Amino acid sequence: MADSSAPKPSSSVKLVLLGEAAVGKSSLVLRFVNDDFQPNKEPTIGAAFLTQKCQLPTRTIKFEIWDTAGQERFASLAPMYYRNAQAALVVYDITKESSLVKAKHWVAELQRQASPGIVIALVGNKLDLCEDDEEAAEEESSGASATAAADDEEGEESEAAAESTENNDEGNNSTARKVSLKEAKSYADEENLLFFETSAKSGHNVGEVFTAIANAIPETSLKGRNAGAAAGAGTQAALTGANENSRVNLNAASGDGGPKEGCAC
Amino acid sequence: MPSDEERGAAPAREAKTPPQNEASTREGNTAMEQSRELTPPPLPPRPLHNLMNDPSASPASLRLSTRSSRPRLLSQATTALSLADAHPPSRSESIGASDTPSSRPVSRKQSPSRTVGSNDPGDQDDSASLKSYAPTRDPRFDGESIIGDISKYVPSPAWKALSSQVERDDPLEQLDPKTDYYSLQIEHEFDEIPPIDADGSNEEALLELWKTKLKHFFILSASGKPIYSRHGDDQLISNYIGIAQTLISFYQGAGDQLKGFTAGDTRFVMLSKGPLNLVAVSRLGESDVQLRTQLESLYMQILSTLTLPSMEKMFSNRPSTDLRRPLAGTDVLLDGLADGFTRGSPSTLLSALECLRLRKTHRQAINDTLLKVRLPGLLYGLIVAAGRLVSVVRPKKHSLHPGDLHLIFNMLFEAGSVKAGGGENWIPLCLPGFNNTGYLYMYVSFFSTLENSVPGSERPSSSGKDDELAIVLISANREGFFELQKMRNDLVAQLEKNGSMAVIKAAIRKGHASCSDIVPNTALRHFLYKSRGNVQFTMPSFEPYYHGLVARRRLMTLYATLHDSIHSRTAHLKVQHCVAHDAVALAWETPLFELYCVAGPQASREALTEGANRVVRWIRREEERVFIIGGAVF
Ligand SMILES: Nc1nc2c(ncn2[C@@H]2O[C@H](COP(=O)(O)OP(=O)(O)OP(=O)(O)O)[C@@H](O)[C@H]2O)c(=O)[nH]1
Ligand SMILES: [Mg+2]
Repeated sequence: MADSSAPKPSSSVKLVLLGEAAVGKSSLVLRFVNDDFQPNKEPTIGAAFLTQKCQLPTRTIKFEIWDTAGQERFASLAPMYYRNAQAALVVYDITKESSLVKAKHWVAELQRQASPGIVIALVGNKLDLCEDDEEAAEEESSGASATAAADDEEGEESEAAAESTENNDEGNNSTARKVSLKEAKSYADEENLLFFETSAKSGHNVGEVFTAIANAIPETSLKGRNAGAAAGAGTQAALTGANENSRVNLNAASGDGGPKEGCAC
Repeated sequence: MPSDEERGAAPAREAKTPPQNEASTREGNTAMEQSRELTPPPLPPRPLHNLMNDPSASPASLRLSTRSSRPRLLSQATTALSLADAHPPSRSESIGASDTPSSRPVSRKQSPSRTVGSNDPGDQDDSASLKSYAPTRDPRFDGESIIGDISKYVPSPAWKALSSQVERDDPLEQLDPKTDYYSLQIEHEFDEIPPIDADGSNEEALLELWKTKLKHFFILSASGKPIYSRHGDDQLISNYIGIAQTLISFYQGAGDQLKGFTAGDTRFVMLSKGPLNLVAVSRLGESDVQLRTQLESLYMQILSTLTLPSMEKMFSNRPSTDLRRPLAGTDVLLDGLADGFTRGSPSTLLSALECLRLRKTHRQAINDTLLKVRLPGLLYGLIVAAGRLVSVVRPKKHSLHPGDLHLIFNMLFEAGSVKAGGGENWIPLCLPGFNNTGYLYMYVSFFSTLENSVPGSERPSSSGKDDELAIVLISANREGFFELQKMRNDLVAQLEKNGSMAVIKAAIRKGHASCSDIVPNTALRHFLYKSRGNVQFTMPSFEPYYHGLVARRRLMTLYATLHDSIHSRTAHLKVQHCVAHDAVALAWETPLFELYCVAGPQASREALTEGANRVVRWIRREEERVFIIGGAVF
């Protein structure tokens, strides 16, 4: 939808992905950059560096993305990647409770150690594994108990589905969800984080995460070739919904309600 | 030297001429001594006197034996090939060494001089006769040739199956059901074993499935904790790990390391490395030496992930440490190595690397470019195309260990994680051959070499292995990413500008030359040539004769057998000739090279010998194209 006829101011944004191993960080990036998905993606070793442009109505954002490895032995290298980052995507897997705990640790570390203005988005991935839940998203407190109940009824079948979340794509089972929307959302609100539930597999909400981040980056912290020109476009940028000087929660509507415009993905 | 070439073309006639040729004057024993250390080594001094004193250093060509002293019975039942004329009897060291029967190569049942491919074990029993033993006891024959001898080899069922799969010249030949089973199995060797159900109801079935695997690797800690298994999860194999642990610790307790044993058609080999025990289990007929090399490589991968000091520290702090956690994610790399071994990897078999064939001037231009764009943070730089080395840049005082390069190649081309991600990678890794105590940082970027791809653009994620070009830059500085990224950008820009990139891409697209392109009208179907001085090898395409997993594994098994026959500790072979119902093959070793050649079953040994000689002549002409000699050194 971006109007490419007129050259827009462009600026680059350094973004880092953090989160427990196998939550789908690389898959989210692969979806964003190549619009592709691999069902059996192997663990990242070290970190991968990728770039992708994101067209906003008034400017072009070039993301410089560090996709880090979630395995514990690489954790000590993380500061190297988030040190200068303007944005961070902290990812957890909604079918794995421990991954939210890990995500909270990353958020705390970023708030302590990263540059003060950093925009943080909390992302619950693998939404496709619990699509059935989505209809009942409003009342997911009952969703949690339904999980427990179903466990009893279906015995080992549902347990197997939950346990193999890392490589089970067929587990579209309402019992798969282990982190409720409400819990994660209220945590995100508390910490003033952007929040999305995504599926790298279906592509659901992936572009929206990056667009929201692009919009949430304070104009003043954007440097780039056309930084001077970008300043003039500031007011327009504000109109797209991102409030420049804040970490506004862009996804009050959650899920599908996120901004749809413009990412080149 | 045209005269050399002619001599080679008519081998039998020139029996008395001591070989002298250019290759031999350039390479000497010094080259060999350095060979283990690095790829490629600095050009060593070339001692000319070697040649004069030791004619064996460089046989110019291979000759069929014309020795009349050879017992007649040898030459009809089997095929003999000899370097007799290149080795005057004055070579007392090899003769002396073989004075006793015990010096005859005896490793295990797949002993060196076996002949492969016979399908009927009964046929071997009744021919087990004097002829296989008598001649090798004759000191005169040791050190020059050993006969492919049918009688004492009992082929493993797996081998039989593999050999019978591909080419059946005898329509009457029968496959017993067991054989069929093995050949089917190799196709499923890499299929994953599903997890055990919660109630354990499928455990039995899964164990059966697990037992069908032709090859297993286990790694366990000294205290018996499972660390890695190629097939099956901990729960499934815990009993077997327990047995392995019991066996190993029993012998360790007795101060007598258990190195290996055979059960039925299965060979077990153990390797103990500090706090780790590694076990290989194979039904593919590999030798202990080969299996141990494979285990060494797995161990190097573990060091590469952890470094030696940090692994030792974990165990000294807590002997019951569960290494799985710190190693998490390394399984894919270990699997990559393991499956490479199971499929059969020439590179591992020969402990050598393969290079992309380029004109000398082209390679020189690439080396010069590398040196020109080099930044101070660089330790090693590699350009790798489809698993083959294009060029290396390295400091004068540091070499690259082939084992380390194998780990890097495995990571880049076997395990998918780096390649598939797109973008650039920054990977901390320890290169244990270089220094097993610390990490280096590796910048990797891939290109597609497909015709109209934009240089440096993101690769299509579906692009296959064979059109991958990787630039690998290694630094000791963990913050060095952007410096190396700049170097890579400069490098690519320069290579584009001076036309080298197009040359590389064309060479990659061309792929391996077929055997008949290299030596036209030959009986040869495939060969492996290893230059010992350069620690590099070259080979033709597997096509058209060895298409697919089974055919390739079968070929590699044949190579492994030949390799074993000239490398087992007690062997003094220079030439090994081997006859099977589906192939004839030969191994030829000199201080400069190892050559393994395979021809179809109908080929005469003369044709095989001629092919071997022509390959050697081809290499001599092409040496600076197929091998990296020196590389870019700063
Ligand atoms: N069903 C489903 N599977 C997913 C999704 N995202 C990722 N996966 C799968 O989850 C596994 C792990 O994904 P990765 O993207 O490698 O996870 P990662 O966070 O990058 O892992 P590390 O690199 O080890 O830190 C892979 O098998 C993916 O195919 C998703 O949205 N839905
Ligand atoms: Mg990843």
